[in-house]
Amino acid sequence: MQRLRLRLVERPSPSLYLKLLISASSVLLALLLGAVFLVTSGVNPLMAYGKLFLGAFGSRFGLIETVVKATPLMLAGLGVALAFRCSFFNIGAEGQLYMGAFAATWAAYAFSELDAAFLLPFMLLLGFLGGGFWGMIPGVLKVKLRVNEIITTLMMNYIAILWVTHMLVGPWMYEGFPWSPIITEAARLPNLAGSRLHVGIFFALIAAVLIYLMLMKTRLGYEIRVVGANIKAARYAGISIFKTIIPAVIISGGLAGIAGMVQVSAIHYRIMPGLSPGYGYTAVVVALLGKLHPIGVIASSIFFGGLLVGADMMQRAVGIPVALVNIIESLVLLLIVAGEFLIRYRVSFERGG
Amino acid sequence: MVANDHVDFDLREGEIHGLLGENGAGKTTLMKILYGLYQPDEGYILLRGKRFTSNSPKEAIRNGIGFVQQHFSLVPSFDAVENVMIGLKSAGLFSQNVEEVRSKIAELSEKYGLKVDSQTKIWQLSVGEQQRVEIIKALCMGTRALILDEPTSVLTPQETVKLFETLRLMVKQGFSIVFITHKLEEVMSVADRITVLRAGKVVFTCNKDETNKAELARMMVGREVIFRPEREELGKGKVILEVKDLHALNDKGLEALRGVSLYVRQGEILGIAGVAGNGQSELAEVITGLRKASGGKVFLKGQDITGCSPRERIDLGLAHIPEDRVNIGLVTSMSVLENLILKNYRSSDFNRGLFIDRQAVEHFCDRLISSFNIMTPARDTPVKLLSGGNQQRLLLAREISASPEVLVAVHPTSGLDVGATEYIQRMLLEQRRRGVAILLISEDLDEIMALSDRIAVMYQGKIVGTVEAKAAQREEVGLMMAGGK
Amino acid sequence: MKEVDEAVQEILTEIFSTALVASALRLGTPLILATVGEIYAQRSGVLNLGVEGMMIVGALVGFIGVNITGNPWMGILLAALCGGAMSLIHAFLSITTRSDQVISGFALSIFGIGVTSYIGKKWIGMAAEAGFYPIYIRGLSDLPIVGPILFSQNVLVYLAFFIVAVSSWILFKTRIGLIIRAVGENPEAADILGVNVYLTRYLCVFFGGIMAGIAGAYLSLAYTRQWVELMTAGRGWIAIALVIFGMWNPVWSFAGSLFFGVIDSFQLRLQAVGIGIPYNLLMMMPYVLTILALSSISTTALAKKIGAPTALLTPYVRGEKT
Repeated sequence: MQRLRLRLVERPSPSLYLKLLISASSVLLALLLGAVFLVTSGVNPLMAYGKLFLGAFGSRFGLIETVVKATPLMLAGLGVALAFRCSFFNIGAEGQLYMGAFAATWAAYAFSELDAAFLLPFMLLLGFLGGGFWGMIPGVLKVKLRVNEIITTLMMNYIAILWVTHMLVGPWMYEGFPWSPIITEAARLPNLAGSRLHVGIFFALIAAVLIYLMLMKTRLGYEIRVVGANIKAARYAGISIFKTIIPAVIISGGLAGIAGMVQVSAIHYRIMPGLSPGYGYTAVVVALLGKLHPIGVIASSIFFGGLLVGADMMQRAVGIPVALVNIIESLVLLLIVAGEFLIRYRVSFERGG
Repeated sequence: MVANDHVDFDLREGEIHGLLGENGAGKTTLMKILYGLYQPDEGYILLRGKRFTSNSPKEAIRNGIGFVQQHFSLVPSFDAVENVMIGLKSAGLFSQNVEEVRSKIAELSEKYGLKVDSQTKIWQLSVGEQQRVEIIKALCMGTRALILDEPTSVLTPQETVKLFETLRLMVKQGFSIVFITHKLEEVMSVADRITVLRAGKVVFTCNKDETNKAELARMMVGREVIFRPEREELGKGKVILEVKDLHALNDKGLEALRGVSLYVRQGEILGIAGVAGNGQSELAEVITGLRKASGGKVFLKGQDITGCSPRERIDLGLAHIPEDRVNIGLVTSMSVLENLILKNYRSSDFNRGLFIDRQAVEHFCDRLISSFNIMTPARDTPVKLLSGGNQQRLLLAREISASPEVLVAVHPTSGLDVGATEYIQRMLLEQRRRGVAILLISEDLDEIMALSDRIAVMYQGKIVGTVEAKAAQREEVGLMMAGGK
Repeated sequence: MKEVDEAVQEILTEIFSTALVASALRLGTPLILATVGEIYAQRSGVLNLGVEGMMIVGALVGFIGVNITGNPWMGILLAALCGGAMSLIHAFLSITTRSDQVISGFALSIFGIGVTSYIGKKWIGMAAEAGFYPIYIRGLSDLPIVGPILFSQNVLVYLAFFIVAVSSWILFKTRIGLIIRAVGENPEAADILGVNVYLTRYLCVFFGGIMAGIAGAYLSLAYTRQWVELMTAGRGWIAIALVIFGMWNPVWSFAGSLFFGVIDSFQLRLQAVGIGIPYNLLMMMPYVLTILALSSISTTALAKKIGAPTALLTPYVRGEKT
C-alpha cells in the first residue's frame, strides 16, 4: 500500500524573511477565519473589514485613535516581551496596568497641590512602581519558591481589579458612581495637536528604544537573554537568577503600570472599571506577534490598536460585537504558534511503503 | 547528514554479533532503523528471509526484536514490574496482574543470572541493576533478537564479566544478540562475529577467530596509530583544591555524597573513577557551587569556599567542563561570541559603563576562535549549528582562556570521535603542565588510567580508595568501583 | 455586650452551618470536574492552559443547548463536545506540531472568552429552560446533617464524585494508568514498548477538554441556571492550580476543590450576612488563596519528591533524547 508520509527536516537557521512571511500570513489567515464569524452573523465580511480598516486608518481621527489605543498596548507589550525574554510568562499585565493606574491616581490626589512639572514625573514613577511591585510578587514567588508564574500573574490580575473596584465603590467613590474624582489639571499629560493624541506615545517609543538597548547592549540584557535561553547554563556561568529575573519583572510590570498611568493621566482623568478593555491580555498577543522584539512590538501594537478602533467603528456601523477582536487575537496567537512549526521545520510529504 | 551509507548487516540465530565503531560511526542509527525508531531513506530489512518493514517499535516487538539503549528507557518512578507492564499487551488495559509479572521476572532473573529487585523504584537501583531490568523487560516482551547499545559503558569490569556470562547463556538458548561497542577487548572476548562501521559504512565483517585487535583498530579508526597520551613527570605542587568530609543530597533528597575527602595539587590530574550514579556528578556540582553541601567543606587555595556562589568561585580561578555540555555548558541558541563570554562578560575589559564593549568582545572572540581552531562560519553563528567536537572546543577555549588554577572536567570526551577526543586529552595534559590542578571525572576507566596522576574511586557517595596511577591495576580499581576492597 | 455576643453567635452559626458545607460541594463541583480532566492531560505530559476558555464555551453551549432542546443532558453533551473539540486544537498544536503549549492554551482561553461574548450577547438575562436541580431521595435527604450535605445535591455533583473515584482507580490501579503516567514521565520508554505516545496524549487532552466543557455547563445549568458573560471568573485557572496543589492526584485535588468550595461559599455567606468586610475584598479570597496554596505546596519537602510529570511541556519526538 502506498501512502504519504510526513517528513520533517529541521531548518538550521530560519531566515528573517521566512519569519516575517509566517507572521504576516498568520495575521491574514486570522482575519480570514474571523470572517467566518462575520458570515454567521449575516454580515458581508468584505464590507465589515472595509469599515474596520477605514475606521482605523482611513481618517485623521481614526489614525489618532489608533495611536491612542496602541500606546498602552505598546507599553504593556514591551513589558510582556521583556519578561518572556527571560522565560518568565508574565500574563499579568492587566493587573499591573491597574495597579500602576491606582498608584498614579493616588499620587495625583495626594500631591494635587504640586506643579505639573513635579507631579507628572512623580505619577509616572508611581505608576511604574505600582505595576513593578505587582510584577515583582510573582517574580519572587517564582525564583524563591518555584511557584508557577502563569497562575500567579493571572490570579494577581483578578486581585488587582477587585482592589481597584473596592476603592471605587468605597473610599474613592465619587457622586455615587463607581469611579474616582477627576484629577487636577496639573496631573494631566499634555495633548498634542488639539486631539486625544498625547505624549504617552513618546513614552512608549522611548521605552522601546531603551528596552532594545538594554536587551542587546548591556550586561543585564545579556543576562536576561542567557537566563531565558537556558537557565541551567546561566546558573553554571555564575549569573544570579534572582538578580536577573527580579529586575526584569519589575521593569516588565512597571511598563504595564506606566500604561495604566497614561490611561488615567491622558485619557480618562480618573480611574474607573473600564480603564482597560483587556489591554493587558492583548499585550501578550502584541508581544508574541512582535516576536518579543521591540520593533516588532511597535508594529504589532499599532496593528492591534487599529483593530480595536476599527472594531468599534464596525460595531457602530454593522452591529458586530467588539469581542470579534478577542477572537482575532486568539486566532493570531494560535496561528503564530502553529507557524513556529513551519519556521522550525521544512515539511514535505513523500511516498512510503 | 548521512549516518548510514548503504550498510549491509546480518544477524544469525544463536550468535553474538559485535558491532564495532567509534563514536559517531552510525552504529546506533543503524540499530534504531532496525527497531523502527528511524526510517531508512533507502534499502530494506529481511527477517527470516521475508521483507520486513519496521515502521514503529510495535512491529519490531511483534517480530521478537528487543533493544536496550545506551541511555535506558525506563520510567524512573516505576518499579521493574510496572516498567514491564507498560508494554504487556496480554495483561489487558484494566487489570494489573502484578504478581504474575513479578513471578515471571523472578523466573527470568533466576534463569539468566540477572539479579533484580522488582519491588524498588528504578531511580533507587544501581545503574547495573537498571540494565538488568532493561534486559528482563525485553525478554518479557518475547524478544528473540536482542540489541545492546554500549552496555558495558556503565558497568564495572566485574559486572561486565557477569553480563558476558548472561549473554553466552542466552545465545545457548537460541537467542541472537547484537552487541554495540567501541571497545576492542570486549568484542574480542564476547562476540562470535564482528562488523566494523566507520563513518556510516561497513568496512569489515568477519568471524572473531579470523581477526585480531590491531586489525580491528585499524579498520575502526582508519589509520594505524591510536593516540597514547604522553605524560611527563612533574614535581609535586602544593595543594590547591581540597575537599573535607563533604556531604550533599541529590535531586531526590537522598544522600549522594557521604563524607568525601580529597585534594588536588598544582599540575596534577586526580581521576575520579566509578560507575555512574555513585555521586560523581554531585561532587562536581558541589565543588563548582551548583549544588549546596549539606556538610563538610571545600577549600580553594586554602580559602573556605563552601558557601560561595558559582560566580565567586569562577572569580577565584575555578573552571568547569560540565557533564552535559549542550544543556549546561553552552547556550546553544546563542552565538559563538555570546557563548565565549558567558563567564567573563563582566570583566572590565569588556565593559564601558552599563554597556558591553562589542569591539573588545569581538577581538577576544576572534583570538580564541583562531587559537583553539574552532570551526565556525562566523562568530555570530548559533552554537547549535556547530559539531559536537567544535562545541567542546569552544567550551574548553572559554574555560582555559580564563587561566584557571583548578579545572573540574566531567566526562570531557564522552560522545566525541577519536580526533576530538585526542585533542581534548592533549589540552588537559597541557593545562596540567601549566600547573593547573585538574579533577577529572570520567566513566571511561581507560581514559582515567591514561591521564591521571592519582586515581580515586567513588562508590556510593564515598571515596573507597586512592591509588597512584602508575601502580594501579585495572582489576584492583574495578573491584573498588564495585564496592569491594 | 450580651446582645453583641449573641449577634456574633448568630452570624457564626449562620455561616458555619450544614448549608455551608452543602453549598461548598456545589461550588466545588465545577472545579473538581475541570481539575480531574486537567490531571489526565498533565499526567500524559501536556499542559492545557485552555481550561478557562473551554469552560466558558461549555457554559454558553450548554445553556444554548438546553434552551433549544429543553433537555439538560443535551446541554451537557454539547458542552462536552465543544470543550473536547477545542482541546483537540490544543492537542494538535502541542503534540503534532510540537508548538508552545503555554501560548496555545492561553490563546484558546482568549478564544473562548471572545467567542462566548461574541455569540452570547442575546442569551444574557434569560433563564435556562431546564437545568440540574437538587434531587430528593426519600429517607436519605431528610437525615440530619448528611441529608442536606450528601443526599440533596444535583446529579452532576454525584457524577463528580464518581469521576474522582474512577480516575484514581484508572490512574493508579490499571495498565491504562501505567501507560498514561509512563507517557508523561518518559515517553521514550513507552514508545520503545510499542505504546502509541501521540494517541495516548491526544486522548488524555481530549478527555480534559470534555471535562472542562462539562464543568462550564455545570455553572450555567446547575449553579446559576443562566448565562452571564465571563461567568467562569478564573475557575479554569484555579483548576490548573488545583492540579499542582493536589500533586496530580485526583483525590488530593478533590480535597483541594472542596476547600475552595468552602472558601467560596464562606465568602458568599459573609456577604449575605453583611459582616462589614467589603464585598470586593471578600471576592479576592479564592485568588489570594490560590497563590498561597501554590506557595505553600512548593515549600513543602513533599513537593520536591512528587513533582510535575517529568515530560510535562516537552513534545515527544521519536529518536530525540531530551
